[in-house]
Amino acid sequence: MAQTFSRGPVSGTAVKQDGKRKPFLLDLYSTAVGKKYVMAITGILLLGFVIAHMVGNLKLYQGRTGPGVYAMDEYAVWLKNLLYPAFPESGVLWLMRSGLIVAVLLHIHAAYGLTIINRKARSVKYQSSRDYEVANFASRTMRWTGIIVALFVVWHLADFTFGWVNPNFISGEVHLSVVASFQRVPVSIFYIVANIALGIHLFHGVWSLFQSMGWNNPRFNVWRRYLATAIATVIVVGNVSFPIAVLAGIIDHPAA
Amino acid sequence: MTTQNHGTLTNLTLEIWRQTGPDDPGRFVTYEIPEISDGASFLEMLDILNERLIEAGEEAVVFDHDCREGICGTCSLMIDGRAHGPQRGTATCQLHMRTFSSGDTIVIEPFRASSFPVIKDLMVDRAAFDRIVEVGGFISAATGGAPDGNLIPIPKPVADAAMDAAACIGCGACVAACPNGAASLFTGAKLAHLNLLPQGQAERFKRTEAMVETMEEHFGSCTNHGECEAACPKSISIDVIAVMNADYRKAKFKNRKSLSRV
Repeated sequence: MAQTFSRGPVSGTAVKQDGKRKPFLLDLYSTAVGKKYVMAITGILLLGFVIAHMVGNLKLYQGRTGPGVYAMDEYAVWLKNLLYPAFPESGVLWLMRSGLIVAVLLHIHAAYGLTIINRKARSVKYQSSRDYEVANFASRTMRWTGIIVALFVVWHLADFTFGWVNPNFISGEVHLSVVASFQRVPVSIFYIVANIALGIHLFHGVWSLFQSMGWNNPRFNVWRRYLATAIATVIVVGNVSFPIAVLAGIIDHPAA
Repeated sequence: MTTQNHGTLTNLTLEIWRQTGPDDPGRFVTYEIPEISDGASFLEMLDILNERLIEAGEEAVVFDHDCREGICGTCSLMIDGRAHGPQRGTATCQLHMRTFSSGDTIVIEPFRASSFPVIKDLMVDRAAFDRIVEVGGFISAATGGAPDGNLIPIPKPVADAAMDAAACIGCGACVAACPNGAASLFTGAKLAHLNLLPQGQAERFKRTEAMVETMEEHFGSCTNHGECEAACPKSISIDVIAVMNADYRKAKFKNRKSLSRV
């Protein structure tokens, strides 16, 4: 049974060490628990965006507020000029965008790092089939739903921000661009599938972030699951309703 | 005399992992159990198989066991893909054959994790747990005469929560059941046990940082599936993992502050 493990000294304990220590945040991020904090915190930021994005898009249902003026386009202008003139035009928008870009990159980097750690932790797999008792579909597929959502975001930007894959894209005419895109059935189907993947991702992610951050209180623990279910449901129902409403002809558009 | 109302199971097939040593790739070998009392424990069933193997001049199946009353944490085994078998909150030694039915095929594999190398057959080396406990699984106590009982007041709910965490027997089922081979439930249980009590406060943050970082040298990370809680023979809640995660963050700040005073 004599087995020796080679390991360095435990870092960061309250013992004076020779040499330089890593900067605090890098030291924290180099640990797996630190990466989980990053997953949780960036997850909260991205979740905030997803909720605001869905709520903002409800403007689609408002249609025209005047001749040729869509509520959606007015909302887009408002977003662009948020806090103007205190901040430069599009300044706050870009501040939020940079925050989101950093959050996405960190979320993916931490997930990648954790996946590598976890693969190493069981180099020889079980040779018989495992019988999982409580791990659910959502928790088992986080990596896949995450990849689907990431690819979807790329498509989504190409569709509505840059207009590369939307032949009827008109910059600034958000409402008309959205309607034109969703009238293509395959695009709507891809959009719906991606949003269901997002919902599955959130169902595990929202619950999971409380554990990762150690936000645990026996009185409220049961509500963590309810909250995750509620958020995932609201996001999926809201987002999936847009392409369906466009295809069903409920959304206001010039040909109507 | 009370009559024992035990039945008999017939025609069991065992698929047991045989591996001659750490470097052998290993394989499943099939054994037939024509008849066994349903009152036999799972390990007694393996004992009976081993007696038969020894009589036939074959090598006995090596497996870990000690107290056989569910408190020592020595027994292990993945039985039909579950750590400690199909019954919740039960160590393998407390699992009885009445849980199975005649004609069943039972697959038995060792616990698997990179830091739990197989020694032989179903026996694995769980010394990595000792490495974690070494760096913080203790408290400082004054020596000398025994203190009076109940000298340190502890609120009952706190004592209960610490006791629930202290139920950990260190068997490694949490690591075995975890899809990531993480030891968060084990380390969380040790930390919650000591960190919640007044006696554990002196080393609280040093312990937390040292134990978590030693754990990470050997094991994977937690993705909150909850498989460990389901496999734990003591049904320790994953709440202890949340306690660990919260205390680790506090420890990083507090220890940094202490460092500046060294």
